[in-house]
Amino acid sequence: MTVESTAARKPRRSSKRTSAAKTPQTSEPQLVQLLTPEGERVQHPEYEIDLTADELRGLYRDMVLTRRFDAEATALQRQGELGLWASLLGQEAAQIGSGRALRDDDYVFPTYREHGVAWCRGVDPTNLLGMFRGVNHGGWDPNTNNFHLYTIVIGSQTLHATGYAMGVAKDGADSAVIAYFGDGASSQGDVAEAFTFSAVYNAPVVFFCQNNQWAISEPTERQTRVPLYQRAQGFGFPGVRVDGNDVLACLAVTKSALERARRGEGPTLVEAFTYRMGAHTTSDDPTKYRADEERAAWEAKDPILRLRTYLEKEKAADEAFFTALEEESETLGKRVREAVRAMPDPDPMSLFEHGYADGSSLVDEERAQFAAYQASFADSAEEGN
Amino acid sequence: MAVEKMSIAKALNESLRLALDTDPKVLIMGEDVGKLGGVFRITDGLQKDFGEGRVIDTPLAESGIVGTAIGMALRGYRPIVEIQFDGFVFPAYDQIVTQLAKMHARALGKIKLPVVVRIPYGGGIGAVEHHSESPEALFAHVAGLKVVSPSNASDAYWMMQQAVQSDDPIIFFEPKRRYWDKGEVDTESIPGQLHKATVARTGTDLTLVAYGPMVKVCLEAAAAAQEEGKSVEVLDLRSMSPIDFDTIQTSVEKTRRLVVVHEAPVFYGSGAEIAARITERCFYHLEAPVLRVGGYHVPYPPARLEDEYLPGLDRVLDAVDRSLAY
Ligand SMILES: Cc1ncc(C[n+]2csc(CCOP(=O)(O)OP(=O)(O)O)c2C)c(N)n1
Repeated sequence: MTVESTAARKPRRSSKRTSAAKTPQTSEPQLVQLLTPEGERVQHPEYEIDLTADELRGLYRDMVLTRRFDAEATALQRQGELGLWASLLGQEAAQIGSGRALRDDDYVFPTYREHGVAWCRGVDPTNLLGMFRGVNHGGWDPNTNNFHLYTIVIGSQTLHATGYAMGVAKDGADSAVIAYFGDGASSQGDVAEAFTFSAVYNAPVVFFCQNNQWAISEPTERQTRVPLYQRAQGFGFPGVRVDGNDVLACLAVTKSALERARRGEGPTLVEAFTYRMGAHTTSDDPTKYRADEERAAWEAKDPILRLRTYLEKEKAADEAFFTALEEESETLGKRVREAVRAMPDPDPMSLFEHGYADGSSLVDEERAQFAAYQASFADSAEEGN
Repeated sequence: MAVEKMSIAKALNESLRLALDTDPKVLIMGEDVGKLGGVFRITDGLQKDFGEGRVIDTPLAESGIVGTAIGMALRGYRPIVEIQFDGFVFPAYDQIVTQLAKMHARALGKIKLPVVVRIPYGGGIGAVEHHSESPEALFAHVAGLKVVSPSNASDAYWMMQQAVQSDDPIIFFEPKRRYWDKGEVDTESIPGQLHKATVARTGTDLTLVAYGPMVKVCLEAAAAAQEEGKSVEVLDLRSMSPIDFDTIQTSVEKTRRLVVVHEAPVFYGSGAEIAARITERCFYHLEAPVLRVGGYHVPYPPARLEDEYLPGLDRVLDAVDRSLAY
């Protein structure tokens, strides 16, 4: 892979300094695209991909089920079963495309919105809901599926991914590591430091930025003056912008970046240009800052519809497939709903678990005090009887 | 007199508005503070009225927010920065601790750093990780910073005014679960000094000291204790650095018993400092050891366990009973 895609553009000097903040980013860079919004298959000289009908249907199924899961979680939040939910609506192609590019021995460092990637890793979706319900802060063993815990502090995980990748390289393994983050996160110092370390140590890591255009209420222009993928060049590694609503392109570009990492050629920044169709989280109110027309324009680029159009055109899927998938979606929704409702509140004593691997006398003392305090209620309840 | 009933959130909003209006050097900076008005709407409408040059949506970078606020202050501005949630102050902690706190001293007092860092803090809102913590002791421990927290609307309004006018860096902790609690605000008469504690309820048998979100719990506890015939005095500390030990001492000399209550973990918490100093000052007055009620030495738990973790009425009353039993 060449670094052409990060070729520097002439910096533009805005005439009036005060208006600088309002000028838009440099003109739209070329996106790597293999499937147009109309569902037309197009070619790209650098990123070709040849998928069987079965594989195409697989990607479609992943996206549909991920969206169904996401919708169910949003509904569960509305019903008071979850405290919060961060929806990935609109970002299915970016997540499934990149997620399906991974090998089992690769390692994923997600933010808090990578439900589709988790799906690709084989993490049971109900495991993702514990922290949003408020019964745990993670809820899965990262090493079971090589899928790290969700990270809420913005950008932190890009450094963990880089360090993990440095370890992979030290071990002489040919696995790769992928770190997910948002366009907002690209402003954090941690992300810049991750870029620095990964370049300097030639770490086998792919930085996968889902530029969904917003960081809560702040548009991408509030984070950067150049297209995000171009940042990579200044750190000494390639960056590429891919149509984040095109699952084929996301798959091809991520695969290529992962292979580059495996060959020992170091990091790549992939910017998946996509859109957050819903609110930032269920606590957010996008009507305060975002125009409805914008969402409507992006709906026309819906990643799922476009693949469906292609599948139908190619006769790669028949009606029976779509019907069966719909049923499978409903089953998944039902399973998720039931699992969440059945999720028990944690035992109060579990407060004192897992603070330290080797234990702590301080925690032991507080645990004992807490137990005695809890027991005092049991006693008084008995007395009352 | 212009007395109005308003929520703490509204009082802060009004106070920030007044600050922007009074002094053209005052700026507001932070993530989502503009159009959205902040995730808690504390800056609601301010960008609309004062423009993007005064109410500045920043890139998503806390070290950047505080670091550039320091630079703005060096240039004569008075930035008020918003950190979105307690747990997200740490990327900025380096700037706050190594730079903001120490620059005045390093310049032999020749420069001033009038920066206010607003942090919504504390639990009780059913949030996910990093949205419910009480890291005040980590800041109070650092020389050069002043740390305050209002517990009611009037203090929210006036303490913000005083913080903005202060030439020292102020870490302004806002009790987020009380944002919607209403109280009377007299927008014409300043109630007290920024770093003075107040007596929120008088009593004779025992003193409860609290600040921010726990003041309300302590007032409720005092009311409940009253029903059992115990007279509990409640002090609202308001400032965790410096601490108004005189007001605590006066109260303890009267009641002879002290319980300190906060949400933060007890271990190395502000309660430890208060207990130690008051023991020194009031050793011969005390009838019982100073007790502390607070969080445990565990990571702030998931939402469904926070009621166990946060000191509630029962735990405060339990400590009151234990103290009185000596
Ligand atoms: C260090 C830090 N600061 C602030 C926040 C609060 N916060 C949570 S998500 C978010 C916006 C993130 O935007 P982006 O990185 O673009 O990702 P997106 O949520 O859009 O996928 C903010 C400000 C946080 N989680 N961590």
